[in-house]
Amino acid sequence: MTTRLAVEGATVTYRQPGRGVLTAVDGVDLEVGAGEVVGLVGESGCGKSTLARAVCGLEPLAGGRILLDGEPIGRLGLRSRPERLRRIQMVFQNPYASLNPRRRVGAQIEDGRRVSAGEAPSVVELLESVGLEASAASRYPHEFSGGQRQRVAIARAMAAGPELLIGDEPIASLDASLQARVAALMRRVALERGASLLFISHDLAVVRVIADRIAVMQAGRIVEQGPAEQVWADPQHPYTRRLLAAIPIADGLGRLPVV
Amino acid sequence: MTALPAVRRRSLRLPVAWRRPAAIGGAVVLLAWIVIALLDPVIGLQGPLQRDVEVALQAPSAAHPFGTDELGRDVLARTLWGVQASLPLAVVLVAGSLVIGSLLGAVAGYLGGVVDEVIMRIADLVFAFPTIILAMVVAAALGPSLANAVVALLIVSWPNYARVMRALVLGARGQEYVVAGRLLGAGPFTSLRRDVLPNVSAPMLVLAMLDFGNQILLLAGLSFLGLGAVPPTPEWGSMVADGVEQFSSWWLATFPGLAIFSVVVAFNLIGDSLRDALDPRIAGAVQGSSL
Amino acid sequence: MSGLEIRGLALELGGRRILDGVDVDVPAGQVTGLAGESGSGKTMTGLAVLGLQPAGARRSGTIAYDDGKVRVPNLLDLRPGAMNRLRGRRIAMVFQDPTASLQPMLSIGTQLTDHMRRHLGLSRAAARTRAAELLERVRVPSPEAALRRYPHQFSGGQLQRVAIAIAIACDPEVLIADEPTTALDVTVQAGVLRLLRELTDDLGLAVLLVTHDLGVMSAVADTVAVMRDGRVVEHGSRYQVIREPRTAYARELVESLPRTPPPGTGEGSA
Repeated sequence: MTTRLAVEGATVTYRQPGRGVLTAVDGVDLEVGAGEVVGLVGESGCGKSTLARAVCGLEPLAGGRILLDGEPIGRLGLRSRPERLRRIQMVFQNPYASLNPRRRVGAQIEDGRRVSAGEAPSVVELLESVGLEASAASRYPHEFSGGQRQRVAIARAMAAGPELLIGDEPIASLDASLQARVAALMRRVALERGASLLFISHDLAVVRVIADRIAVMQAGRIVEQGPAEQVWADPQHPYTRRLLAAIPIADGLGRLPVV
Repeated sequence: MTALPAVRRRSLRLPVAWRRPAAIGGAVVLLAWIVIALLDPVIGLQGPLQRDVEVALQAPSAAHPFGTDELGRDVLARTLWGVQASLPLAVVLVAGSLVIGSLLGAVAGYLGGVVDEVIMRIADLVFAFPTIILAMVVAAALGPSLANAVVALLIVSWPNYARVMRALVLGARGQEYVVAGRLLGAGPFTSLRRDVLPNVSAPMLVLAMLDFGNQILLLAGLSFLGLGAVPPTPEWGSMVADGVEQFSSWWLATFPGLAIFSVVVAFNLIGDSLRDALDPRIAGAVQGSSL
Repeated sequence: MSGLEIRGLALELGGRRILDGVDVDVPAGQVTGLAGESGSGKTMTGLAVLGLQPAGARRSGTIAYDDGKVRVPNLLDLRPGAMNRLRGRRIAMVFQDPTASLQPMLSIGTQLTDHMRRHLGLSRAAARTRAAELLERVRVPSPEAALRRYPHQFSGGQLQRVAIAIAIACDPEVLIADEPTTALDVTVQAGVLRLLRELTDDLGLAVLLVTHDLGVMSAVADTVAVMRDGRVVEHGSRYQVIREPRTAYARELVESLPRTPPPGTGEGSA
């Protein structure tokens, strides 16, 4: 499998007034192969979202480098994003903030189609691929539920024909009954269009179902990574074990999760 | 792409704003003044400049409902003609400072860095002086005329808009849909025009509405100080100024003063209602209100 | 029965019927789960019980309250003053976001002692002592020092423990918890769930737990009510609702969850 995204010793720091420097991402190594789905799991503040933003060029690196198809990803400054990097697209956490409230859904997906390198599927095809009707294109974001908006956001990202799709906690704001469904949808549309998927979530139970490989992040570092089933069934790092033990399983047995 | 069924674009929800009694009242007053401005030449009232020293300084009567001034000019005619100076100039002032201030504020907020520093420090410089004093200085330097008064007021008014716009853009810039647009290749100006400005325009519009009254008062103030309208042009501010000199003839200052008052109140009522109508918490739906 | 008995609770807001006859029992010493998707009315049920429904909403039905000493045949008939005395004293609440439900400008000590002094008539010193005991009860480390700190100085999990301490300060009989762990990390959530269960068992609280997370439900709830469109569509024991749901909707909810073998056991690594 060829490597699509390579993160090599990436470090991102924030200067906090009066409290010195905070290292949000601390020398992370991570690879995502072509057509691979990698789940990045960790709790709030572990640096997983910062890493996602860095991959998109939204955060400057204090050390290390991030490569897409072997070429380094520069920081997205004030100029428009170079064409090469538009092949990385992101689906954000908050479905209520990730769509422009004053533009029709169709126009927003159209933005994505315009930057597509190859043959872009039509807006209708894109909407259908995420399980929405063609008529959705002429409506405004507020007419949709949270789950539907997230589908629109996925369609918009896929319209650009990305090689790498990043989901930054894309299911965290959704109802539990929708989470697994939307996550599976993301995996399906990404793979159908030949994109790799970096799926970031705090929910190991969902990530396990859709990811080929899982990386577990704690305090800015990746403490464990491996095939999804192996990490789930036979976790090596104590933090991974704690994380797994704390997941409440809906088995109706009344087992309290371990602290 | 298939043809999309036409859907009426959700406008700024003006109909809701108009349904409020305060807004209707304000709109009626304003409309009345606009009609008066248009009809002034038609009504055929005694011309505002026509002097008749015989009847100088007469109290309100049937012939002169608002009385006459020291040159025997009809105060009613002058008050009604005065709207032709005040209202269009207020529109120019508000539109001008809205455009200049919004542009500079948006650029400062979106680009940040040196651009932001330069624009906002200039704005601070203007803020450092009391508005009317600075306007006086500028107007005095340019020479008294209505056009110069407008320029002076534009110079002192834009920073207010720039500051609010900058804050709004700073807030909107980090929104996920703006970032998503940038990831899809939008440059800063496309992003600003397409994703940021439409979503911050509502509060700016309200600000402008509430500023109308302010601008009319400032303009009247400059005229009052002899830095705006040059006699004999009828302008409310300068009429009030003349009236104050003739203290025993109360009607000279009262009627143009009431005219200023009515327009200022009208704009404020409309502005208030517009703010309520555009407030997402009240108008709902914009941000997808839940239960 | 000791606890709450909700019968035919309906709530209308702006011509829309948001609750359409909710029947739920919330007995003492048990956690009653209220499950459902967003918009199903589960949060509104909790708010309606507390009398905190949005302005302009009309409630009907009965909510009977009984703790052995005090009996109220229908909370909906109480006047606002009487409801105020009941709320916080006998019926307490915990919300989803502790950073939003605690006043940022007041120290934890002030927020903990304030309503104890009002509801229980304790002196300042006595309230302070009890506040420290409460923080210890919910396992906030170094309670004495914690009383002097402000909400922003705590982590989300600690803050939710503080919010629970405030809720149980006046020895309430009923606790309404609306998504109390949804904003928390999973390892922190585990601790708060244990605390909730422990308080229910030790203090004999009647807990109404509102959550969309069936995993949480399965861990702490004794009975589960599934809501949809303002109505309870299924109400039964935890095991029955999750393992053998009778209605198609409840089955759908359970089946939408990722199928997971217990983690860390070597199962499912085929």
